[in-house]
Amino acid sequence: MNARLLPLTATLVIFAAAYALCILQFPAFGTTRVMGNLLTDNAFLGIAAVGMTFVIVSGGIDLSVGAVIAFVGVFLAVGIGRLGIPPALAFALALLVASLFGAAMGAVIHVFEIPPFIVTLAGMFLARGASSVITTESVPIDAPLYARLNDVVVMLPGKGRLTLVAMVMLAVFAAASLVAHRTRFGRNVYAIGGNRTSAELMGIPVGTTTVLIYAFSGLCAGIAGIVFSLYTSAGYSLAAVGVELDTIAAVVIGGTLLTGGSGFVMGTFVGVLIQGMIQTYITFDGTLSSWWTKIVIGLLLFGFILLQRGLLALGGRGQARTAH
Amino acid sequence: MNTKLLLSTAVASVALLGASAHAADKMTVGFSQIGSESGWRAAETSVTKLDAKKLGVDLKFSDAQQKQENQIKAVRSFIAQGVDAIFMAPVVATGWDPVLKEAKEANIPVILLDRTIDTQDPSLYLTAVGSDTVHEGAVAGDWLVKTAAGKACNVVEIEGTVGSSPATNRKKGFADALAGHDNVKVIRSQTGDFVRAKGKEVMESFLKAENGGKAICAVYAHNDDMAVGAIQAIKDAGLKPGKDILVVSIDGVPDIFKAQMAGESNASVELTPDMAGPAFAALAAFKKDGTKPPHFIQTESKLLLPDTAKAEYEKKKDLGY
Repeated sequence: MNARLLPLTATLVIFAAAYALCILQFPAFGTTRVMGNLLTDNAFLGIAAVGMTFVIVSGGIDLSVGAVIAFVGVFLAVGIGRLGIPPALAFALALLVASLFGAAMGAVIHVFEIPPFIVTLAGMFLARGASSVITTESVPIDAPLYARLNDVVVMLPGKGRLTLVAMVMLAVFAAASLVAHRTRFGRNVYAIGGNRTSAELMGIPVGTTTVLIYAFSGLCAGIAGIVFSLYTSAGYSLAAVGVELDTIAAVVIGGTLLTGGSGFVMGTFVGVLIQGMIQTYITFDGTLSSWWTKIVIGLLLFGFILLQRGLLALGGRGQARTAH
Repeated sequence: MNTKLLLSTAVASVALLGASAHAADKMTVGFSQIGSESGWRAAETSVTKLDAKKLGVDLKFSDAQQKQENQIKAVRSFIAQGVDAIFMAPVVATGWDPVLKEAKEANIPVILLDRTIDTQDPSLYLTAVGSDTVHEGAVAGDWLVKTAAGKACNVVEIEGTVGSSPATNRKKGFADALAGHDNVKVIRSQTGDFVRAKGKEVMESFLKAENGGKAICAVYAHNDDMAVGAIQAIKDAGLKPGKDILVVSIDGVPDIFKAQMAGESNASVELTPDMAGPAFAALAAFKKDGTKPPHFIQTESKLLLPDTAKAEYEKKKDLGY
């Protein structure tokens, strides 16, 4: 079997086995209601994780996504609620700002050759700080459009609900899958992550691609921010703290190599569902401390990183990876 | 191979988990708590669990770690699980309409504990249980008016965090109770941010400003923690708290009962951690014959004096304050 598929297979097996165990203990897990909830409740996380997948496949990291989600939320709340900007225009502006913000970080990373970790850390402080400067309160959004969008629900058989935010997440995943595996941009992302030097020698526009990758991650964080503001009908500068780390965990558990070059967008989808499943399990149980979610995620991450190391060591002879 | 592994783990877990199947007639209540940011909050959690145990209710507890998204997820999971009722202490006031609508459609009553929410549709929750913070201040004020018994009494006030609703309301309630009793008046007032160290600092400056404290007859602190700090400051100044200067505060935490036992605090108005008790009672009545409780259930603001301090301390010391 292709070694590249192994982490993804491991993820799928773990997810299927764990979900089966959940159903055994709590039959309600098998209902469309819980499945619908999984999609709705993790929509913002999933959308942000899509952007993170591209970043990590390219060998980078983006620590700013949680802060960008909060910034977009505050931007929308203040823009729609206080300044009276029409919601559709506010959405467009928010996406534009988030993408430009990401593009700027990508440009700094490429031009000044600064590690993405540092640049996006600065971006995180900038975005979080900016949203706190705008307002530190939780600002409710009571535009009629929000109530209407929240009422857009496809009822599944068995009382399950496929909400608008869940559909948006599924669409983002589908589109991103096509981009990653069917376009030149997608191929370039994998090439840069696999080996930056040879990508350059092959004539791949590394600079443009890097800017686009971070712009795309910013765009995803922007969409996630809109979804999050729909989810809570409010903007709050302290929202989504630590979400960047949850998305990184989802991407790695989803089988993407932290060193870049290999991974699947759909793996990230399963990674997100695994996190949501653990959280749901703990709520269903009702006696475990909710912090167990973090412990289980930590253990899973650790397992996957070890798995990746092992695979790299095995594949070392086959796919000659030049030393960095 | 994978299927085999899956099967064997499945069999093992069925054997393990079979025992945890729930009795069918037991009522199941989901409780979504904000987190455990303060001692009072931790005590509220412990008391709710104790209440549930006493009543034979299966309580599903979920700690939201101060995050609204976690709280929304928990409420959705409770609905999916088909609990009989949901208790929630909302972390923020806004953004609950969509998920509470789902609960309403599933016919699951929701009871808010300790805090309320902003919504256009009051039918989204059955009732809210909470304390009236203006009333708390009034209870403290009434006690002081009665204790002064017509004699002149200069009061210094240590306020909570400026602009926070408990601080504003506890100040207002106290002032209302003092109105019309000209012998008791607040001569100085400053914020101690609800924390012990600040309470001590503020009291020190009051003592200095008032000629070593000779003119001060009583101190009113918006919470017990600041009162405990003030007691320390009074002792440092060579005066006897509880005798030379009366100490009255609000909350009813174990440390203030210790001070009462030592004769250093005179009265504390309890903010009960038992918000769940009235909630369970309202729920039982509602489930029995559909009795609708009032839309807001006000908890009692009991005045706790030194004579019950020992019993109160014993009752509360293990609740997690």
